[in-house]
Amino acid sequence: MLEQVGAELISLIQFVGETVVLTVETFRYVFTGAHSPRQTIRQMGDIGFSSLPIVLVTVGFSGMVLALYTATEFLKLEAGSYVGGLVALSIAREIGPVVTSIVVAARVGSAIAAELGTMKVTEQIDALRALATSPVEYLVVPRFLACVTMLPVLGVLAGVTGTVGGALVAVYAGVPWAQYLSSIQKMVDLGDVFTGLAKTIPFAVIISILGCHQGLYARGGAAGVGRATTSSVVLCIISIYAADFFLSAILPR
Amino acid sequence: MIALEGVWLTIDGREILKDVNLFIEAGEISCIMGLSGCGKTSTLRLMMGLIRPTRGRVVIDGQDIVRMSERDLNRVRRKMGMVFQYAALFDSLTVYENVAFGLTRQRKRYSPETIAETVRSKLEAVGMEGTEPLLPAELSGGMQKRVGMARALALDPQIVLYDEPTSGLDPVMSTIIDDLIVRLRDRFGVTSVVVSHEIQSVMHISNKIAMIYNGSVVACGTPEEIMQHPDPVVQQFISGSSEGPIMF
Repeated sequence: MLEQVGAELISLIQFVGETVVLTVETFRYVFTGAHSPRQTIRQMGDIGFSSLPIVLVTVGFSGMVLALYTATEFLKLEAGSYVGGLVALSIAREIGPVVTSIVVAARVGSAIAAELGTMKVTEQIDALRALATSPVEYLVVPRFLACVTMLPVLGVLAGVTGTVGGALVAVYAGVPWAQYLSSIQKMVDLGDVFTGLAKTIPFAVIISILGCHQGLYARGGAAGVGRATTSSVVLCIISIYAADFFLSAILPR
Repeated sequence: MIALEGVWLTIDGREILKDVNLFIEAGEISCIMGLSGCGKTSTLRLMMGLIRPTRGRVVIDGQDIVRMSERDLNRVRRKMGMVFQYAALFDSLTVYENVAFGLTRQRKRYSPETIAETVRSKLEAVGMEGTEPLLPAELSGGMQKRVGMARALALDPQIVLYDEPTSGLDPVMSTIIDDLIVRLRDRFGVTSVVVSHEIQSVMHISNKIAMIYNGSVVACGTPEEIMQHPDPVVQQFISGSSEGPIMF
């Protein structure tokens, strides 16, 4: 029992150490400019544009569900003038960045772990090193930069879609358009939008670093790649929610 | 010159290598033989700095690479090439991009025409000309291995490490690859370390042979010395007999 606890503790310390080293090394390559713009642009396409439809659909429907519940209840209380503001505020500060990041973690984080994991178990990572190429520079940095640049963009587009989706449902439920819009103007300012966007950057760091870490340290053939992929999604989701709590506490409310 | 001095290697609590001492002379072809799983590939990976020993020194041209940072190691690796057992081609890149990979990253002054010509000549040397636009998935295992060899030779390295370069190849292609390894030594003084099971090929191309058994070097010498070696383990391995001291 004690032995098992000790082994778990050692593997936790090892995981934290590896992740910290990977993060530091990634930032070092980012700031020394030693990375390929072509690879980064390719990854931006894979990570950003390919994730757009699923992000818009999920956040759009989340906005619609939120509006459905709030409009129904608020109209009963004759507080329909708050529906637009509440929906937009929730989406800008919380639902937009968090749901976008969760969707990207599931879609992109898992793909990164699977791709790098396959490269690891087929010795392609060793081949890169044998060709005097750092896997961090060649594989991690483009994915990191693509995530960090594309997640805020996805967050903005998701926020707009969620708010518009909410508006459609709120109007259908009986909230006038003009009231919905004026409520947003009254309750939401640019600071709220920036707070939401500010969250997406640490979330992007989490997704790219954990996805890459799980791939680079995969072992044990196809089963190992499968484990790395699952772990990547689980770790990303837990880390995003934990980071969201601390960021919400730190950022201006 | 490559030297492994008092090298021990433990992976996941299992002792892979035990006090291995091995000296590879510059400009020679040295072969490492041994049973499957005896630590031959690990020895090559140690020489390339892909893994680090638990104890001991790995010296490449007078520099101990064991405590080197990855950045310093990359400077040493620039004069080395490695042919992997299963080729390890980058599966999202074409054959051309695989062979040109090191050239585009390390020979930045090369024009695209020079790179294309180098890729063509290396592919021709391994009998793979005309396959440039194909993806690795479109090649057979033997063809992948030959492309892996072209990639390793693209930068004209001084030291080449081959992990079973002829396994899975037909006899004619095996001879062509053996001749290529010998030609690289004779014409360009390339130092080669070859891990192989194929006794005939090993005896034909090697200047020196080392045999690893149970993680230790049990025999080391010229092909003639190995053929006459008194150790029954060596003799059983060479004869391929199922009777003898080798335990399975």
